[in-house]
Amino acid sequence: MTPKHRLLVLAVAVVLLGALGAGFVLHAATRADHKNAPRAGGPSVSAGRVPLTGAHRIAFVNDAPGPQNAQVATVPAGDTGGGRTAADLKCARFYAAAGTGVCLQSGLGVVSQTNRAVIVDASLHTEHTFALAGTPSRARVSPSGRFAAWTVFVGGESYGAAFFSTRTSIVDTRTWQLLPNLEEFTTVLNGNKYHAVDDNFWGVTFASDDDTFYATLGTGGHTYLMRGSVARRTLTSVGVQNVECPSLSPDGTRIAYKKRVLNGASLWHEYVLDLRTLHTTPLAEHHSVDDQATWLDNDTIAYALPHEGDVKSTDLWSVPADGSGTPHLLIRDASSPAPL
Amino acid sequence: MYLADRAAPAREESGAGGRRGRAPAIPAVVLALGAVSLVTDVSSEMVTAVLPLYLVAGLGLSPLGFGTLDGVYNGVSALVQLTGGHLADRVRNHKLVAGIGYGLSAVCKPLLLVAHSLGPLGAVLALERTGKGLRTSPRDALISLSTPPEHRGRAFGVHRAMDTTGAVLGPFTAFLILRAATDGYDAVFGVSACVAVLGVLILVLFVPGDGRTPVGRDGTPGERPVARRPGDEAVAGERTALDAAAGGTRGGTDVTEGDRPAGPPAVDLRTALALLRLPRLRALAACAVLLGLTTVSDAFVYLLLQRRAGIGEQYFPLLPLGTAAVFLLLAVPFGVLADRIGRRVVFLAGHAGLLAAYGLLLWAPSAAALPFLVLGLHGVFYASTDGVLPAAVADVVPERLRGSGLALVGTGQALARFCCSLAFGAAWTVWGDVPALLGSAVGLTLCAAVAGAVLRPSPAAR
Repeated sequence: MTPKHRLLVLAVAVVLLGALGAGFVLHAATRADHKNAPRAGGPSVSAGRVPLTGAHRIAFVNDAPGPQNAQVATVPAGDTGGGRTAADLKCARFYAAAGTGVCLQSGLGVVSQTNRAVIVDASLHTEHTFALAGTPSRARVSPSGRFAAWTVFVGGESYGAAFFSTRTSIVDTRTWQLLPNLEEFTTVLNGNKYHAVDDNFWGVTFASDDDTFYATLGTGGHTYLMRGSVARRTLTSVGVQNVECPSLSPDGTRIAYKKRVLNGASLWHEYVLDLRTLHTTPLAEHHSVDDQATWLDNDTIAYALPHEGDVKSTDLWSVPADGSGTPHLLIRDASSPAPL
Repeated sequence: MYLADRAAPAREESGAGGRRGRAPAIPAVVLALGAVSLVTDVSSEMVTAVLPLYLVAGLGLSPLGFGTLDGVYNGVSALVQLTGGHLADRVRNHKLVAGIGYGLSAVCKPLLLVAHSLGPLGAVLALERTGKGLRTSPRDALISLSTPPEHRGRAFGVHRAMDTTGAVLGPFTAFLILRAATDGYDAVFGVSACVAVLGVLILVLFVPGDGRTPVGRDGTPGERPVARRPGDEAVAGERTALDAAAGGTRGGTDVTEGDRPAGPPAVDLRTALALLRLPRLRALAACAVLLGLTTVSDAFVYLLLQRRAGIGEQYFPLLPLGTAAVFLLLAVPFGVLADRIGRRVVFLAGHAGLLAAYGLLLWAPSAAALPFLVLGLHGVFYASTDGVLPAAVADVVPERLRGSGLALVGTGQALARFCCSLAFGAAWTVWGDVPALLGSAVGLTLCAAVAGAVLRPSPAAR
């Protein structure tokens, strides 16, 4: 081949590959637009006011295609299949209690994602915004509405490029004091002070005393349930291993959590731990649950599962907390449930 | 910057210019390989930039523990590099092995579209890394084989500058696509695949295969003078031997190599390992390993910088770009400098730069300039070592074993850095970040001193 021929081949290839690449982008852009258009047979969503107080409702992030996609919405707790009301607040992850909401948002910067946590009042007005170190994962508010906590995934902090760690923060919404990293708390594991570079905390859940909280510590390939104190900045192991994303029951006696089924595999089973006896009960959900569950009341747990045949959207399911019964579809095309 | 160099007429072709005269044009092979690396890096950095986002936001996965796999794979990747370099020498076709490496990485990009859980994704990324490991040494061998020794620093500098440009452009491209198409991770992977194919195509079209003739086959300017230079007769002789061997029946031809130490023409593992008997290569390999053992990995440098300088965590993704910007700006000038004043001086000065960066991190003055200074020094370190080391290695390894020699040193360095990461992580856990860094700084000082002494030019070599 002469140099001229080579350049010709290159030019043709650039045009063809360029067209193919443009096709990929156009296809994805069309799909993204499609997601903003309501789909026939989908849940009915109307724009409206979404107050976080008073009503017996469930708040969640609406994943249904349409203009309200990714917005915070509510449905009546007694009629979860009915019409939803969505507010003009988009979140990747959301939780609310006692008139305080925490909304984790993701945007796109020039060469990275820009993430922030927005604390909202009962009318979903922004009270405070915090920049986040990574991609939103978990969010919680204490039962009194005073403390909010969140966990994000941070990439690239260790040996390899694609390494992940978590960063968990707690904020006091009265003083706006931010505790940016639970790793700075004094940690006691099995009776000994503990600190390792691979410490990771995630999945905070608050008790009703505005001090006690629970979270997962992951280190050295194991996960531990930790009991923390916001005031004393301490975290102490409870004595139960293989506990992730704990969620404390409203009466404060039990913790729902996901338990890794097989070391190294992304498969979890949802369990409930009795804090007095440390007895664990598997729940009737047989699918892998990768979510921080929520207690709808003292007997029922709600969580997100990937939509059948579509890994990119989730439905909310509920199951009895005592291991009996069967899972029920609670709200389709939704994530981040929070009983109001 | 390389365009400016390229525009300069190849004056040395006339033989009139002295060694310190104007540099001849950069060999077309180096520019072609630079373009291949640039394009391939755009492709792979596109994926790297959106991967965390894709795993967490796109697939809703909890990627903790993903890093363990990745860390373990770093060790394997180093061994793959050794295999790639040696294999290329063995089949006497660096282009072929490099092409397989680039091809393997290209094939992985569309596979990302169908892998939806951590296991398969980990496997695809491991395969991608295998491709990278395979191609590194044969590619560097090609660069060295097509450039006269006195311009190799510059050639590697040009290659590294182009490579790093790709690494910077990758994330920009990826986020441009994501902004055009919300959640368009599949579009990012698809475009990345197209770009990767383009890289392989440039390699196939514009990099001459060395299985037949390593240099000047296309009559490319700037390559012919290699054989004419008085000092390079040995190199020319070696090349003739290689050509003859490659032309005959594989492995069966006996070739005399003049008065050079006679080795069998077929390259096997023993011949490759015998490279370590070359005192100069042994010295370089030992220094690369020693210095690698005290070179704190990038991730830790950025983490330390963030903690010591109090940079907001949201800026973390921008820190590698700072290093890359300085690296790509200085790679060529430092490569030229290495050609002029000696690779040893520049290589050691680079490590002094890294030491200064450690020092600044330890001192941590509350100055706004601190992050810029540390990233600048970190970039200087890369610019004065990353391309300069292979240039120095190429000087002492016979052509026939160039891939193996480069791979030997590269693998040693990579494994040493991996060990350093593990040790640094452990030290951080036990003693905290400052003592761990202090230990690395002391270690680096000692190793640099030893390297300075070991690499002192012997009267015969220079």
